[in-house]
Amino acid sequence: MNQDTVIAFDKVQKIYEGKYALKDFSFEIRKGAFLTVVGGSGGGKTTMLKMINGLLMPDSGRVTVNGMDTAHTDLIALRRGIGYVIQGGALFPHLNVRENIEYVPRLEKNRLSEERIRELMGMVALPMDMLARNVSELSGGQQQRVGIARALAAQPEIILMDEPFGALDGITRKQLQDEILEIHRQTGVTIVFVTHDLREAVRLGTWILIMNEGEIVQQGTPQDVRDNPNGDYAERLLEQLDCN
Amino acid sequence: MIAEVFNLYVTRWDFFAQLILQHLQLSFIAIGLAALIGIFFGIVISQHAKLAFPVLGVTNFIYTIPSIAMLGFLVPATGIGDMTAVIALTVYGLLPMVRNTHTGIKGISPAIIEAGKGMGSTKSQLLYKIKLPLAMPVILAGARNMIVMTIALCGIASFVGAGGLGVAIYRGITTNNMAMTVAGSLLIAALALIADLVAGIFEKKLYRKINGKGTAK
Repeated sequence: MNQDTVIAFDKVQKIYEGKYALKDFSFEIRKGAFLTVVGGSGGGKTTMLKMINGLLMPDSGRVTVNGMDTAHTDLIALRRGIGYVIQGGALFPHLNVRENIEYVPRLEKNRLSEERIRELMGMVALPMDMLARNVSELSGGQQQRVGIARALAAQPEIILMDEPFGALDGITRKQLQDEILEIHRQTGVTIVFVTHDLREAVRLGTWILIMNEGEIVQQGTPQDVRDNPNGDYAERLLEQLDCN
Repeated sequence: MIAEVFNLYVTRWDFFAQLILQHLQLSFIAIGLAALIGIFFGIVISQHAKLAFPVLGVTNFIYTIPSIAMLGFLVPATGIGDMTAVIALTVYGLLPMVRNTHTGIKGISPAIIEAGKGMGSTKSQLLYKIKLPLAMPVILAGARNMIVMTIALCGIASFVGAGGLGVAIYRGITTNNMAMTVAGSLLIAALALIADLVAGIFEKKLYRKINGKGTAK
């Protein structure tokens, strides 16, 4: 295993109802990478993502995070060190913005300093007077921003994002893409970003992984993938880039 | 008739005051027990799906037993008096509590529960910090139902020798004193309505706290 590998999949298989969600899947993610995983529904993207924080376990094979096998590690501690952002934000509706952002620190009976809160709100471009607001009063884009701030709060080394911008309008989506790129640049955090939108994957990723039916179709830098599509599936997917 | 009832309240106020006190005591003990036991079982069956069917089935079945029959079954086992009345009332109160706790927890969006889990909540943190607060409006709606029902049902406690306003009703029936029966019934209705009002205010306050100042979704 490479020195700066943070996440490694070793011959991982996962079967749902007789179909492979992941098939003989081996892959390594480097520290500080912005990996985008792209592919159609049922391609195994989300399955792969959820194995990193132990929400799913492989049927066979191994997933290691920071050198530790997820099957033999304290999952609670592992998850607290990994930021998790999902579609729509999945904010806790009974907590206000500040309480949502402080959720992970509060699990360990800690609070965030005022400076840290200010820094987080700055990173996701939200005004400080929003902290006391109830999350149901926020727009979709604002909710997703709070979701990102919540994931960043405990200074994780890894952030997992599962179609985070899927439900947003084009303009908000673009703004948030710029912000997540800026956050990646500033913090150097390793990001695993699942999307079905190839344009988003190409725009954000330092490394792209194309998946179909639980297998890797192609991987490489955005330029590589664009210039040398490997096989039918990648070519068909790349046609998305030429549209509008 | 109204004058007669009113006259009874004025001349026998100490008698009624005592009955009201007894009535509230019996009801509140049963309400507290039903809430505790009911919420506990509601949580258990929402965590262990296999238990949901049998537990809900049993509480449902108990709920359908006529109250007079229930007291009849209990008397040989627990004798006559307050204890039997409290047990019967508690048992009836279980169904709304178990069912609403279960429904409330099951109704939470799976994405929110997964977010909580994925961020490193332990099982109990997930329960206390996410599931219970989010299920609380539904649980409280069940509690409000149960409170009104228990106060009303407590009127039959006197049939097994317990106190409460049922004593006035029973005495009215046996001595053919209609005014006495009406006086007892009216007070039970008033107690139930006041309890419902208070519970409603509390419910609204909590709902606001959970869902913001905005109106209900």
